[in-house]
Amino acid sequence: MSTDWTRKTAAELADALAAGETTSVEVTQAHLDRIAAVDAPADRRGVHAFLHVDAEGALAQARASDERRAAGTLLSPLDGVPIAVKDVLTTEGLPTTCGSKILEGWIPPYDATVVRKLREAGLPILGKTNMDEFAMGSSTEHSAYGPTHNPWDLDRIPGGSGGGSAAAVAAFEAPLAIGTDTGGSIRQPGAVTGTVGVKPTYGGVSRYGLVALANSLDQAGPVTRTVLDSALLHEVIGGHDPLDSTSIDQPLPALVEAARLGATGDLSGLRVGVIQEMSGEGWQPGVLTRFQESVDLLVKAGAEVVEVSCPSFVHALAAYYLILPAEASSNLAKFDAMRYGLRVWPYEGASAEEVMRATRDAGFGDEVKRRIILGTYALSSGYYDAYYGQAQKVRTLIARDFDAAFEKADVLVSPTAPTTAFKLGEKLDDPIAMYLNDLATIPANLAGVPGISVPGGLADEDGLPTGVQILAPALADDRLYRVGAALESALLAQWGGPLVPPEENLR
Amino acid sequence: MPEISRDEVAHLANLARIDLSDEELDHLAPQLSVILESVASISGVAGDDIPPTSHALPLTNVFREDVVTPGLTPEQALSGAPEVEDQRFSVPRILGEEQ
Repeated sequence: MSTDWTRKTAAELADALAAGETTSVEVTQAHLDRIAAVDAPADRRGVHAFLHVDAEGALAQARASDERRAAGTLLSPLDGVPIAVKDVLTTEGLPTTCGSKILEGWIPPYDATVVRKLREAGLPILGKTNMDEFAMGSSTEHSAYGPTHNPWDLDRIPGGSGGGSAAAVAAFEAPLAIGTDTGGSIRQPGAVTGTVGVKPTYGGVSRYGLVALANSLDQAGPVTRTVLDSALLHEVIGGHDPLDSTSIDQPLPALVEAARLGATGDLSGLRVGVIQEMSGEGWQPGVLTRFQESVDLLVKAGAEVVEVSCPSFVHALAAYYLILPAEASSNLAKFDAMRYGLRVWPYEGASAEEVMRATRDAGFGDEVKRRIILGTYALSSGYYDAYYGQAQKVRTLIARDFDAAFEKADVLVSPTAPTTAFKLGEKLDDPIAMYLNDLATIPANLAGVPGISVPGGLADEDGLPTGVQILAPALADDRLYRVGAALESALLAQWGGPLVPPEENLR
Repeated sequence: MPEISRDEVAHLANLARIDLSDEELDHLAPQLSVILESVASISGVAGDDIPPTSHALPLTNVFREDVVTPGLTPEQALSGAPEVEDQRFSVPRILGEEQ
């Protein structure tokens, strides 16, 4: 029987390619076949993780990788390992819609820096993954092209906004994916699909070519099935970029080394802070049980657990839902029907302004409209100080809470999301209920600190994945990998192997 | 308690250059009121002594060397335009019909 290459981790694929056991073309084809089988089968019931699959391009890149390998001119350790990219990053020659009708059919003339780095490292790009429109959402249901389905249960949400990337990885359609995280859009989908997702330190990965939702919060990062794979990918995409003025101008910490060190399982001397504010009412019991189990495993690995209090975190959600819409309302002003994207004529001979209004009404979905209007409100004179100004001050308080907590602990931990995956449609028309999914992930974006979500096991009540979030101080992304890998190896030993979605659920 | 009226939503949508139909206004206005109510808790949380944070990691004056680097060709820049004329973006009229 031949090997199923889709079941391998990126690190295993890299090893198999190096050992000559397979080729990039074979591995890439295996993933394309898998996509064809589970993403959108004939009866339309599928994962729908992809908005666009570039089979031809991916295979051409795979062939080039195999030729490099034969010639001994490899570009990186992941050369030849295929990847999926969230549709919010520009890809030269490939559609980039951001999950919106306003960008339907748009083919960017340039690559995002992250995408350029993937190409320069030799990773074939399988396609673009589904997302909530302009990354606004926690369920992928706000995609204008229909939701992505959770591979654990196709009737449930895969999280959002990067549900496509997380589901692609969870369903073995790609070994690696790129996500973006503005308030939890990498970590929360990771939690509810049982995968790993990393939001690097703000500025750690270039935002050039990342279609901005909220500039001061957006951060691209790895979406994978293992902690080591995230570290390998993070080292490919991270680092200073002169094209992004908010990019950190210093070298990345040694992330792969930290992941390998962590996997040995020794956390002696490490102080782990449990955030007191992230439990209690609104938190699903099964999520909290799995989380406590993980904390106990960290203690077993030699870590010292301390309780930390972050009193201002209770205001994080409110601050976020003022800062984000304010920035988004300004960022999305560029979709004006003049230079690219959709143009709708309300009647022949209409003025530019009338065309703009009609286009933005037709091209934007409800959630985008809600946030643009809310942001416009928060920035209007008379309300600015009470809302936007206050939110910015609360941001200071949250950063101070982190500073104080990191005096007492090297990393902080919490459940990644308050619940497991809910049913599609359940919260679609209740924005507040939807926003609460990001309760635990938002503070890190406001303060710019890095975070990882690691699979924490299945909740007892519904058998669905939960996530454990680990947060580290800014620039200390290596700690995420050390602690994440230690937790992962302890949990894998307990489970006897990775927990994966039952194959029969995908059909 | 902040309340955002249907008229205010219509006004804001106008400022944001989005045509909203009556049905959309009926649908969105109450939702926006609920959202606003839930974020209003923020007023008064931080006192005057707390400085605002606009960016997580403060950076100032990020410059690059003033050298010419390759950019998009006119064809590339215009490749996504809804309409092109004489190597320029062609846009609807910007003045009223009477002007």
